[in-house]
Formats: sequence, C-alpha cells, structure tokens
Amino acid sequence: MNDNRKFLIQGFFVLVGLIFIIRLFMLQVVDKNYKAMADSNVIQRVDEFPYRGLMYDRNGELLVINNPVFDLMVTPIEMNKLDTAFFCELVKIDRETFNTKLKEATDYSRLKPSVFIKQLPLEEFARIQDYLVDFPGFFINARSVRSYPHNAMAHGLGYLAEIDKPRLERDTTKYYKKADYVGMSGLEYSYENVLRGKRGVKFKLVNVRGVDKGSFKQGEFDTLPFPGDNIQTTIDLDLQAYTERLMEGKIGSVVAIEPSSGEILTMVSAPTYDPNLLAGRAFGNNYMDLLNDDLKPLFNRPIMADVYPPGSIFKMFQSLVAMEEGVITPDTRIRCNRGIIACHGSHTNEDLAGAIKHSCNPYFHQVFRLIVNQNESSNTYKDTEIGLEKWRNHMLSFGLGQPLGVDLPNEKAGRLPGPGLYNRIYGEGRWRFSTIYSLSIGQGELGVSPMQMANLAAILANRGFYYIPHMVKGIGDNNFVPEEFTTPHYTTVGSEHYETVIDAMWRVVNEDGGTGFRARIQGVDVCGKTGTSQNPRGEDHSVFIAFAPRENPKIAVSVYVENSGQGARAAASIAGLVIEKYLKGEIARKHIEDYALANRFIY
Amino acid sequence: MMGWLNIYAAVYDPENFKSIFDLDTNSGKQLLWIGTSVILIIFIMVMDFRFWDSFSIILYGTIILMLLAVLVFGREVNGAKAWFEIGSFRLQPAEFSKFTTALVLARFLQRSDKKVGEIKNLSIIAVIIGAPLMLIFLQPDPGTALVFAAFFIVLYREGLTPVPLILGLAAGALFILTLVVPQIYMVIGSIILAIVVISLGQKSWQRFVGVLSTLAFVLVIVFSVDYLMNESTILKPHHKNRILVLVNPNIDPLGVGWNVTQSKIAIGSGGFIGKGFLDGTQTKFNFVPEQSTDFIFCTIGEEHGWLGSLILVGLFITLLLRVVYIAERQKSRFARVYGYSVASILFAHFALNIAMTIGLFPVIGIPLPFFSYGGSSLWSFTILLFLLIKIDSHRLDVFGR
Repeated sequence: MNDNRKFLIQGFFVLVGLIFIIRLFMLQVVDKNYKAMADSNVIQRVDEFPYRGLMYDRNGELLVINNPVFDLMVTPIEMNKLDTAFFCELVKIDRETFNTKLKEATDYSRLKPSVFIKQLPLEEFARIQDYLVDFPGFFINARSVRSYPHNAMAHGLGYLAEIDKPRLERDTTKYYKKADYVGMSGLEYSYENVLRGKRGVKFKLVNVRGVDKGSFKQGEFDTLPFPGDNIQTTIDLDLQAYTERLMEGKIGSVVAIEPSSGEILTMVSAPTYDPNLLAGRAFGNNYMDLLNDDLKPLFNRPIMADVYPPGSIFKMFQSLVAMEEGVITPDTRIRCNRGIIACHGSHTNEDLAGAIKHSCNPYFHQVFRLIVNQNESSNTYKDTEIGLEKWRNHMLSFGLGQPLGVDLPNEKAGRLPGPGLYNRIYGEGRWRFSTIYSLSIGQGELGVSPMQMANLAAILANRGFYYIPHMVKGIGDNNFVPEEFTTPHYTTVGSEHYETVIDAMWRVVNEDGGTGFRARIQGVDVCGKTGTSQNPRGEDHSVFIAFAPRENPKIAVSVYVENSGQGARAAASIAGLVIEKYLKGEIARKHIEDYALANRFIY
Repeated sequence: MMGWLNIYAAVYDPENFKSIFDLDTNSGKQLLWIGTSVILIIFIMVMDFRFWDSFSIILYGTIILMLLAVLVFGREVNGAKAWFEIGSFRLQPAEFSKFTTALVLARFLQRSDKKVGEIKNLSIIAVIIGAPLMLIFLQPDPGTALVFAAFFIVLYREGLTPVPLILGLAAGALFILTLVVPQIYMVIGSIILAIVVISLGQKSWQRFVGVLSTLAFVLVIVFSVDYLMNESTILKPHHKNRILVLVNPNIDPLGVGWNVTQSKIAIGSGGFIGKGFLDGTQTKFNFVPEQSTDFIFCTIGEEHGWLGSLILVGLFITLLLRVVYIAERQKSRFARVYGYSVASILFAHFALNIAMTIGLFPVIGIPLPFFSYGGSSLWSFTILLFLLIKIDSHRLDVFGR
C-alpha cells in the first residue's frame, strides 16, 4: 500500500508541475494580451512639441515670438506631507481652489502628471522654483506661448487656441490631438501647416511611478520634432504701428498695399486689441471680453466688413468701364443736372476729369445710363439687363463681388449686384435703369470691403492689373511665396484709359478746391479720391483711396472710417499721413496728424 | 547561484547602477547569505548526523520560544510580527520552525511500530505540528502556516488515511465556490443535492446520517466563509482582499488586484524565450511588488520566458522526485519521515509560490526556495536539504541500529 502512496505522492508532484507548465504556456506563449499590457505599462509616448515658426515684418523686425511659460504640474501619488497652507500661500491660491484643482488632477490620474496651474509668468516661476523641492509631486513643465513684442497687428497675425472639436473632427490627417494649440485666425490660421512644424515623438520607459527611465530601445522609434518655418510678412511694422495709432478711437479700416507686388504693407482694423491678450493664461477671460465688446474688436473689418457702399471712389471705375465700352471719351461733357440726383460744389458742365475731381453725381448718373442702356434691345428692361451684365463682368475683373483670395481666413466677397439679384428682388423684366441708378455713384446694393478698395487703388496705380493682396513675403529659409501671389490679374479695361482717371485723382489731391487736399504731400504726387458713403443708420462713412507717387507708385491705400462724415476729413487725412509715413519715414505735416488724431470730424 | 543572479536582476536599476556585490542591494546581501549557507553546509556535513536526532527536541523548543518571543519583540513588517531585527539583517524564526518540526516529527515516528492512525499518536503529532503553526498564525503569517499543511503528505505516506487531506481540499474548493456563488444558492443547492442523494440510493440509516453530516459540514463552511470574510478579525483586510482577487482579479486592478495583475503581466510578457537577462521591463521598473522576495518568479518568467519557467519548474520537480527517491531508500523510519518532510515543505513552497504569481492561488507571502531574497529562508532550506543529504550518506550506518 505504501508503495502505491509513494507513487501517488510523486505523481501529485509531477501533476502540479505539469499544471504550472501548461498554465505558464497559456500565459506566456498563447495569450498575447500580457505582452501588450506590459508595453502599455512601461512605454510612454511623449510628444515632443516643435518650436512654432516666428513671424517677421518686411524689414526683419520680429512680430511674433515664442515665450517660455511654466506650467506647475502635479503627480498626486508622489505628493508627500504637503504643507498645504504654506503651499497655497506660495502659489497664491486659496484652499478651496487648491482642493478642486487637486481633485481634478487626481480624478485624471494619480500616477500621471497633470497641469496644476497653467502658465506661470517668469517672475512667479522664479519665486516658486526654489521652494518646489520641498513639495514632492509638484514640478515645473516649461513650454512656450506666443508673444507679441510690439502689441501690433492683432488681426493680421491672429491667435492660437486649443483646437476645438469640429476642427479636430475635420482634421483628416489625424495630426492634431485634444488640447493641441492651433492657429485660430489671421496668419496663424492660414499658415498653420507651415508654422507648426512637425511634432516629434519619444518613447520613454517609465517605472511604476511614471518616472522616466530612459528611452525605449535607445530611441530607435523616436522622431525628432521639426521646428516650424519662420514667415516673413509683408507688413511694415513702423507703418502698421503708426496707422494703428491714427485709428485709435475710430471704427474702420486702413489697408495699404504695394501695387507692384500686391504685398500688404499695413492692415488695420479699428478698434484693435493687444494680441498679447489672447496669448497666455488669461486667454479665456480676455477672449470673452473681446467677443462681448459692442465694437466687435475681434471682427477683422478690412476683409470681413463687405457691406460698405464704396461711395464716390466708385466713380473712377464707372469712368474706366464707360471708356472701355466706348460710351464716353475723356472729353465727354455732361451737364450737372441736379434734378435727378443731388450734387455738391459749384460746377455746371465738366469733362470726365473735372467730373471726377468735383465728384459730379449727375455726370456719373448719365455715364452709368450710357453703360447699361446701349440699345442692344428695343425693350428697355431687356436692354438694362444686358448692359448690367456687361458692366458686372467688367467690375468682376476689378476683384469686386468675390473674395480676392487674400491669405487670411474668412475673407468676404462683397456685393456686386447683377441681373440675377434684381430679378430676384423685383422679378424678371420688372426693373430698369431708373431702378438701379444708385449704383452709378457707388451706393445702393454695392458692397466693397476695405481690402477690395485698397486693391482698386492698386489697380489704378498699376494702370490695369493687380496681384492678389497677400501678407507673406517669404516662407521658410528659401523665402517661398505661393504662386498665386506672383501672378498678375488684368482688368478688362485697357491700360490706355487709366491716365485720364489718374490725372483727375491727382487733381483731387493737388489742385485747389480738390476734396483730397488733406492728403497733399510736398514733393510727392499723391493721387486719390474721397468718398462719402451714405449711411441710413447714422453719420456718413468717410472713405478715401489713393496711391503715390503717381509714377512708379510705391503704395496704394484705402481708408474707411465709419460715421465720420465726409471723405475729405477723416479718411483723406489718414490716408495722406499713411503715405507720408511710408514714403518719407516721418510726418512733416503735424497739423494734419493732430487733426486726424483729434477725432472731431463731424462739424 | 541562479537565485542570486535573479535577485540582482530584480533590483537592477540602470540609472542607479550598483555592483552585484554591493552590500546595499538585495543581491549583495543575498551573496552574504549564500556565503553563510556554504559555511552552514560544511558545518552540517562535518557534524555527526546523530546530533540532529538527539538535539531535535531542544532545537524545536528553542524555535517555539523564539516564535513566542517574536510575537512580543518582533518587528512588524507588512502587518506581520515575524522578524527579529539584528542590525540591518532580519531573522525570521518561522522559517526555521519548518525543519525543527520535521526533525521532531521524524524522531517521534522513529520507532517503526508506531501507527500514525492511533488517536494517541495522532494527537501528539497534532501538537508537534500545531504548536508552531498556531504561533505563526498569530503573527499572522498564514502563508508560512499553510506550509505546515504539507506535513499531511508525510503522514499520508506513513499510513494516515487520506480523508483529512481530501476533506481539506474539498473545504478549500467549497470556500472558493461560496465566494463566487451567492450564499443562499449554495445553501439551497446543497440541501437539494442532499435530498436527491438520499432519495436515489438505498434507504439505510447509516447512509442517511452520512449524507446529513456531509450537508452539515458543507453548510458550516458556507456560513463560515461569510463569517470569515465579513465579520471575523482573524483574516486581516488584505488577506480577505487577496482571496477575493483570486476569484475575480479585475475587481480593482489598481488596488488590491495590483499584485496579481502586474505579476501576470510580467510573466505573460516574457513570451517564449523571454526578454533576456536584466532586460525585463516590468520587474525592473517596480511594476511588480515584492519582486525580489515572494514574486521573484516574475523576474524569471519575464526575462527568461516560458523556457526559463519550464526549466525552473523542471528543476524543482526533479529535485522533489530526487528527495522522494532519497527518502524511499532510507532504511530508518526517522530518515524517511524526515526526507518526506523535506519534500513536502519544498513542494508546498514551490507550488504555493508559483500558483500565487500566476494567479491560481491567493497572494500569500511565502518564498520560492533558493530563489527568493531572504536569509532566513535560504538558511532554512539549506539546512533542510543538506541535512537530508548528510543523513542519506549515513544510511548504511543507520541500518545497523
């Protein structure tokens, strides 16, 4: 019997051994889950954020830099004997905030670090740093945020913010992750792909506390972050800052373009804001303040305010189209018949240049009639429709009624009415010239954004073509500029027609009695045109477009100041100062500057 | 030797490099213990083997005294008062109680005419085994106490009926079942089963009583589970949790289930051939707790894979069979009982430890013989094993007595 038992015992030992071997085989060889779980235990994927590209002005001045900020992080499990009272005093938070923040962190993970206080400023960091060794579990994570040394150019540069959900979902490349910072507006948005660089990734080995234990397989799978490309913008910082100063206290836009290249020298949307408000830890509050501001400072007027009627500045383009259509010549004289449409000044029977100089409304009423009613059809309704369509096609070639393709987000099209619109409003065959004649003097259903106006000035300066206005002068080390910005766009109006109009614009500014006298600059042939855009809801808008010098123009400007009355006042003086600043570097006409800054245009 | 290298691997930390010989690390200390063990071996080999026979009672008494003393003066580690602290080294008397108990048991059963089954003998055996067991249980160290259950194997070999063994296993199975199945189902189920058994078979009153007493036994266990797990203070909360985790390792993977989960991950990630010596990530980065002592097997499983585990299990089974073989060839009953005791204790440690690391048994703190870090256990196993070898080398002398 005992022999049996001997074998029974030995058999039992072997059986247990076999059970272990089989169980271990299941665990180690068959079941692959454990391998994956082990990897997720120890291998931590750490994103290496690239250095976001900087932005310079056209002269190499830095507009956007990356500023180091310091996040105070906490790893709850490593906290030990915390002197809460002292700690709260040190980081300047109250006990309640401390508790909620710690709870948030603990809820997220006890083992992994999470942000305790976002973006400590440098001084704060310096003050806390020395004490941190006494607070196990707390540490500083340095990263960078955007900073704007000149406080200027808020709308053009744009801002960064945490990526929102819809955008995250739209991202088909799957590059972005929750809480990533992306460009939300301006150049930061348009050139996001260029500026952001390429994120690197590092596979780290961590121990049970999440403490770094070196790289996984000597960094075999790691990728280095590629810093983003720097961008040189077309902006002239001096001019931009000066223009922003001129626009203080006003609502409106100033856009200045270099006509020979389409480069935007200055783009001001007033009221503006300090771009630093939207970088850094007060982003949330500042953003809401700006959003709720009645004056809508976040609204980028130069490209988004497209319901502005252009007013009298439109007369040059009516002239050009009329000449191209052959319905008038520079010598055509039309009586100033104030019965149909009001006019101003003492003139009676001007030729084209004179009509532009005096901004004669009846003259252009007649010009527009000549354009749209060319007797192509005996039916006056039909005839108007044919003529308006023709007119509209000319105007489209001036970049109206469509987004120009500026390298900024949310550019609006403006409004350029055609037969389609009036057919919708009045019905087909129910409208004719007398219905739409407001268009003749740039009123009515027209809408032109300040950017489009500046582009119109550039077209005049170039005598018939334009480059799409843009804000990049060079991307990256080889100063790449997208091709669409180096291709000229020609208008349908022959260049021979421009000189008459330009001559008239010169006279507007430089001849006695011209409305643009406030833009007159000693030694520079400024060509410009005022506009007073009627506004049913209040004071007229003050409009001015100009370029200078007359030969080889260097700058084309549009100024639009809301509710500031005649174009001769606010807009013309500001445009003149912008031109003077850009061409001469300093302002000799202090009285004009004072006038522009004083902000009393209604009298 | 293998154990020593593995402890080094378990504590190996590339950032904080220390020599394998550094006395501050566990592997360095273990080397010291190995050295002293070698001295012990020489000591044992040189000494007359009859010393152990003659002095077994005294040694046993000393250990019992130490077990009493440790309850008073001992240092509490992980909730158990099991260690004497001498400098930076700690001594665990419970480890030594195993071989002294084995010796005394062997000595008691020396006379070949003593029947294990007799009540008188059985109660003396119960005292011999029960005294240290109770004292260890009071520490409380249920793991080591459980090892004493292995003496049943010895007694079985010496003629004890296997009934208590079977009853014990059945009780264990019931215990686990009760944790899985709600108590009320267990009660109803066992009563129905009893009725079915009674109605099916022949109706004799012996049978009736037998079934009823079985039913009573089952019900007592079922209710005691509830009592033990919920109300009793005998089992500390961490013991209860360990048992619960065995039933469902996912109840709290970051809390009480952590040990088993991480241990299984470490072993499971080893694959077929393992990650290589010192390349284990789970064990190296402290995901597995107690990895140089009770969970040392994780290091082997992770770094040497299934092959390593196979070799280790194979080695242990070979060792056990060899010990049984040695025990069986003994001419004296003393030597045979002692031999079986060695086999049983080694087996209990080996089986419980590995079962625990691969999630087949609740987490109880017992070391893997010759592998786990710990001087007391190494000494105790060394003495245990080499005493047998010494006795074996004299088996022909014994024949003459």
